[in-house]
Amino acid sequence: MTDILFILFAVVAVGGAIGVVIGRSPVASLLFMVATLASVAGIYVLFEAHFLAAIQVLVYAGAIMVLFLFVIMLLNLGHDYRADLRYGSWSLLSLVVVGLTAGVLMQGFSGDLEADLLENGAAAAAAIDAAVIEKGAVGVIADPLFTDYVVAFELIGLLLLVAIVAAVVLAKPREAGKD
Amino acid sequence: MGEMQELSTFWFVTFGAVKVVAVFTVVMVVVAYMTLAERRVSAFIQDRLGPNRVGPFGLLQPIADGLKNIIKEETMPGTAAKFYFVLGPALAIMPAVVTFAVIPFAAPLPTPVGTVDMIVADVPIGILYILALSSLAVYGIVLSGWASNNKYAFLGGLRASAQMISYEVALGLSVIAVLLLAGNVTLTEMVWKQQQLGLWFVFPLSLAFIFFLISALAETNRLPFDMPEAESELITGYHTEYSAMKFSMFFIAEYAHVVTASALMATLFFGGWDIPFWPGDDMFRHEGAWIRGFDESGAPIPTTPSVLITLLTLGAFSAKTGFFLLLYIWIRWTLPRFRYDQVMHLGWKVLLPAALGYIMLIAGTMLVLDQLGVTYGMLYGLVLTAVSGVTTLAFLFFVDRDRVISGAHRKRTPRAGVTRPVAGTGGRPTSS
Repeated sequence: MTDILFILFAVVAVGGAIGVVIGRSPVASLLFMVATLASVAGIYVLFEAHFLAAIQVLVYAGAIMVLFLFVIMLLNLGHDYRADLRYGSWSLLSLVVVGLTAGVLMQGFSGDLEADLLENGAAAAAAIDAAVIEKGAVGVIADPLFTDYVVAFELIGLLLLVAIVAAVVLAKPREAGKD
Repeated sequence: MGEMQELSTFWFVTFGAVKVVAVFTVVMVVVAYMTLAERRVSAFIQDRLGPNRVGPFGLLQPIADGLKNIIKEETMPGTAAKFYFVLGPALAIMPAVVTFAVIPFAAPLPTPVGTVDMIVADVPIGILYILALSSLAVYGIVLSGWASNNKYAFLGGLRASAQMISYEVALGLSVIAVLLLAGNVTLTEMVWKQQQLGLWFVFPLSLAFIFFLISALAETNRLPFDMPEAESELITGYHTEYSAMKFSMFFIAEYAHVVTASALMATLFFGGWDIPFWPGDDMFRHEGAWIRGFDESGAPIPTTPSVLITLLTLGAFSAKTGFFLLLYIWIRWTLPRFRYDQVMHLGWKVLLPAALGYIMLIAGTMLVLDQLGVTYGMLYGLVLTAVSGVTTLAFLFFVDRDRVISGAHRKRTPRAGVTRPVAGTGGRPTSS
């Protein structure tokens, strides 16, 4: 059952990712992207990473992609984007990037990791299950986030705040009489 | 007797399927009768009779409406983006009907083969599941507004996306106050924590409840926040071009959202299926046994699920949810619609900072109480109630002074050298 679901989600995720690239209209690409994100969330659920799945849908599919949709609809109505497409050396470059990424992932997920999982996977899963029962699905993530990694967490928050302020400053129309 | 018998996989799947079908059916029936209730209650509010011809008291009206919607002509605008036009209503209805799955609607039911939880899926992320899926609801509205290729529909869609994203923030922040006090995100545990506190969360978290109520109204696009539809401005907004069953699906989605939001308000702030002043119905799964609470020494007090308690708690849950359904209708036919800039002003400049401040206050109070060694119980709740009560009163006082409802433009002082049109009274009669 889990295998069937995994294959289903994996096919939709990969198919959606391909759809994003070859989609004919920006809105179609965006919906493919949403399908991909939702499928990845489904795979997270299969891994029993429920919190990650919820946040994936809530933040990416539910908020960020809606903003994308908003922008596409506002800016891209009737605008022909084909002229903006770059081929030639750019596609070569993207091919190199894809190849490198795939290579790194293959390296990371082969051999050692598999052996490590076979050896320690069951014990780690049991430890996580126990922690989930004790602290709840969110507490397991919240605890290290707000104790061991609190400085990094706060710094990321600060970075986002700076980005937001910068965006507001850039987007704000200059009023007459001011500067 | 506290020992519990776990369901075997076969019975777990069987009961799961039964619960899915039953809850879906009940939600759909409630949605159908919400449309009738809306028309009847609005009629009473406006001193009319409302539809009362089909069946006794008009009770068969939803069936007639459904039949009519099925056999009406499905129109398809010639310039619409056809695929997205059809996809829109489907995307709108999908999140609306699945979110009810994580809301517990009664105390566990004992059966000969084991105890059945009265919740479709007790997922470990509880409320986050609802927030995540309801954040997807906006796609149906935006896409159908865009695909209709109609200015009014498009404006409605854009408004919907801006409004729903804005109020998701305030909704999430008001839920955080509940999470602080409950200590977990599953709704079963929230009900249990309210039973243990001896107080429904609406008292210790009164301001969070107000924020939640306002945000829920905005998230479900109900008056006074129905900017995406706004009949007097946008015809009917995003579903202007829709007819027959596709139009009906938007309605079903909206009312299903209302039902879920009402059930959620009952669960988060009014104890869910808890019966007030009676500890006999308190029930929670604790280390493989059903318990009612902890005694002085911290030892669990066992309890036994019974059919009677399940039925009584189901009744309590239905009554609470029913009250909020009525409140939704009541608000719709009492309050006028906001202007669009007022909606945004309220969401970003009032609710967001106020909710953030309130979370700090609640977290601070809880920290002080924990440091003083006050145990989680009645005293704990009463202190929080006092703090929240003062904050709520202060908030209401300042919001009214801030003229949020009577018009955002009144607060702005005209700048020198900038001519502005003379501001109206903004909905509130003034003598000056």
